[in-house]
Amino acid sequence: MRRVGVFICHCGTNIAATVDCQKVAEAAKSFPGVVFSMDYKYMCSDPGQAVIKEAIKTHNLNRVVVASCTPRMHEPTFRKTLAGAGMNPYLFEMTNLREQCSWVHSDKEKATEKAIDLVKMSVAKVQKNRELFPDYIPINKKALVIGGGIAGMQAALDIADAGYKVTLVEREPTIGGKMPMLDKTFPTMDCSACISTPKMVDVAQHPNIELMSFSEVQEVNGFIGNFDVKIKKKAKYVDYSKCTGCGLCETKCPKKVPNEYDLGMGVRPSIYKPFAQAVPSKPIIDAKNCRKLVNGKCGVCAKVCPTGAVNYEDRDEIISDTFGAIVMATGYDLFKWEGAYGEYGYGKFPDVITGLQFERMVNASGPTGGKIIRPSDGEEPKTVAFIKCVGSRDPLKGKITCSRACCMYTAKHAHQVLDKISESKAYVFYMDVRTVGKGYEEFYENTLHDKAVYVRGRVSKIYQEGKKLILKAEDTLSCKAIQVKADLVVLATAMVPSAGSRELAQIVGFLPDLNGWYQEAHPKLRPVETPTGGVFLAGTCQGPKDIPDSVAQAGAAAAKVMGLFSNEQLETNPMTAKVNETICSGCGTCAPLCPYKAIQLIDVQERVHGKFVERKVAHVNNGLCQGCGACTVACRPGAIDLQGYQNDQILEEVDALWAW
Amino acid sequence: MKEVELAIAAKQNRAEIHAIEKKSGVELTDCYQCGKCSAGCPVAFAMDKTPRQIIRLLQLGLLEEALASRTIWLCATCQTCVARCPKEVDLPSLMEVVRQTAKKRGFVAEKDINLFNDIFLQNVKTFGKSPEVILSALYNLRSGHLFQDVDSVPHLFLSGKAHVLPEKVKNVDAIKKIFAKCTEGGEHS
Repeated sequence: MRRVGVFICHCGTNIAATVDCQKVAEAAKSFPGVVFSMDYKYMCSDPGQAVIKEAIKTHNLNRVVVASCTPRMHEPTFRKTLAGAGMNPYLFEMTNLREQCSWVHSDKEKATEKAIDLVKMSVAKVQKNRELFPDYIPINKKALVIGGGIAGMQAALDIADAGYKVTLVEREPTIGGKMPMLDKTFPTMDCSACISTPKMVDVAQHPNIELMSFSEVQEVNGFIGNFDVKIKKKAKYVDYSKCTGCGLCETKCPKKVPNEYDLGMGVRPSIYKPFAQAVPSKPIIDAKNCRKLVNGKCGVCAKVCPTGAVNYEDRDEIISDTFGAIVMATGYDLFKWEGAYGEYGYGKFPDVITGLQFERMVNASGPTGGKIIRPSDGEEPKTVAFIKCVGSRDPLKGKITCSRACCMYTAKHAHQVLDKISESKAYVFYMDVRTVGKGYEEFYENTLHDKAVYVRGRVSKIYQEGKKLILKAEDTLSCKAIQVKADLVVLATAMVPSAGSRELAQIVGFLPDLNGWYQEAHPKLRPVETPTGGVFLAGTCQGPKDIPDSVAQAGAAAAKVMGLFSNEQLETNPMTAKVNETICSGCGTCAPLCPYKAIQLIDVQERVHGKFVERKVAHVNNGLCQGCGACTVACRPGAIDLQGYQNDQILEEVDALWAW
Repeated sequence: MKEVELAIAAKQNRAEIHAIEKKSGVELTDCYQCGKCSAGCPVAFAMDKTPRQIIRLLQLGLLEEALASRTIWLCATCQTCVARCPKEVDLPSLMEVVRQTAKKRGFVAEKDINLFNDIFLQNVKTFGKSPEVILSALYNLRSGHLFQDVDSVPHLFLSGKAHVLPEKVKNVDAIKKIFAKCTEGGEHS
């Protein structure tokens, strides 16, 4: 015998202004199965919930319908109320009278009629609802951080400091990312390497962190609390257990190639550390350029190595491990302007460089020892022009997005030019100056007072005239066509998602946004989580950011991981898909449709005419299933049903609308 | 549109613009071109360039264009702009110094205003104040606008606002000293 209680909420005047709540409550009394019905001003309030509990007891209710706001808002609230009254929380139905009725209608009479129909449907469905019970899955309290830039390092350190094990995977030979490449950081002019390299050392020495440099994540299976991950350790050709990092091999290597770390402005040997403070502080062999590995003739490094650490036979290795949470910290790359901006010379003018090249140049440990020079002739430039938004805010050639850090680093570069080169001039071409961080506007003002000339307008063309570069633009503030003869041009190129980040997202099991940045679960309220449970975001992989924001987000992601790890086990949502194996034909249509990779085909044994036969059926992993229902509609034999939204429940709703 | 070579303009005029900044007490880089000054300026309707544009020209080193503008002569020094400026840029003071520079360099876009200013100051120097009769008589004669405002003359005399004989302040010497101090390092305006 079903005994249904119906509770109609006024939501102040949100519902009551357009729906006659008393009339709805009155009408509900006549629905089959309803033994109690009432209306109340705020059902979600403490006294409102007390009324529900009291009614459950007095009227011996075994089904409850609350007609109020959206279930996204208060379904968990009322489920708890039922549980508090000793009922299974899934013997409950919520009718949305606000978003789907009162807020979208103005005719009170008709809205009330619709409200009665909506409640009618819920009353019908709730009588078919069954008790549901959550599953519990264990949590593997070990985190995987992908990417060893400042965000990845910070997240790894924070999680490790909380006492949990962390594996940090970095695809480059050293951790650190872009930050140690920079000279000084705005607005405080801290030496970038001085504040980032100690963090690199901390990561390497932390007892809870396992550092896997020169490695890449290849495969991720499983779900929150239990990710099975395969990591490829790329061949380094140096046995790190023997190598002492003495550096002798690097000095003797005969094959020099352009140094990626200095963006091609210097050279490095083929057995190398990217830079002096690299962590791990041991070299790798660049297999593409090493003479021994390419044509078998050389082997100098093996000969000079005092510990016999060089191993030309080294091969890639696949490591498997299980993690409870994954932090994505894959960072950014710079927009390849050379392929897009013909008006700036497609990269054929040697004295048109990027901001990051400028950073390497002005850095005391960079290829020029901190001297700002023209790459073409090595002379000191007297007039330096800066162009902002190269690839940013340019939907045609680059990205529609603002890269957020360029306004500030350009202000810093202009300041450095005026500071380091006497009698120099700096021109900054901009569209807007965006100084959103703490102390940033003040920094920009200082640069203005250094007499950097800011010209509001995009440069339309750069061409060479003798040794000079001619820039043409309009100063839109004075409406004048202007021209600057510069010795050096620095482009503030856009931040774009790092190479391979889209593929990696697919491997881990979530989707990037339209621009390729990693999509957060909610732009305001869940900014460090992905829609995939247990996968979190840190730093610029989520969108362009500066260092303080990256570090802050990394801390937030780490806090989310710690929150997850503070539980012994995880309660799953019982409203997941369930396969009726007796009628599943094993066609497998459902599996590729599942956006959460929750369906697999498994073998089952059956007795048919006295014989055991084996056949395939679909199986839903409750930890992964998010209850979206995509599989249920695709299933031809109708073998998959979504718990809480089962076919008979839905049909009962539809029937009630016409039959009652 | 004529194209401007910024680096050259800046180089040629750097010293002079620096002198204007020093004399007026205005740091040109303070202005971030929000335009609040020009939006509130009561004389802007008559100007060929808004006060903001004058600052922009100076920021870019385009001194001659600023000097040739009528704007600098039309500024009434009412101080509305500086009272509202978020960066406390003293535009009236800047306008004054730019006017002086313009005069020195032979850019006088508003000859009558310049003449009026000269007669006014000469009067103050002589009498300690500027007698209306002498000011308007000299201005009308020298500007050639002989009959400008003559219809109001009878009313001014009858109501006692104008007197045939000029009054003097008690201590004209003190005024002269002020002039001497102000024009230290060269006559202007």
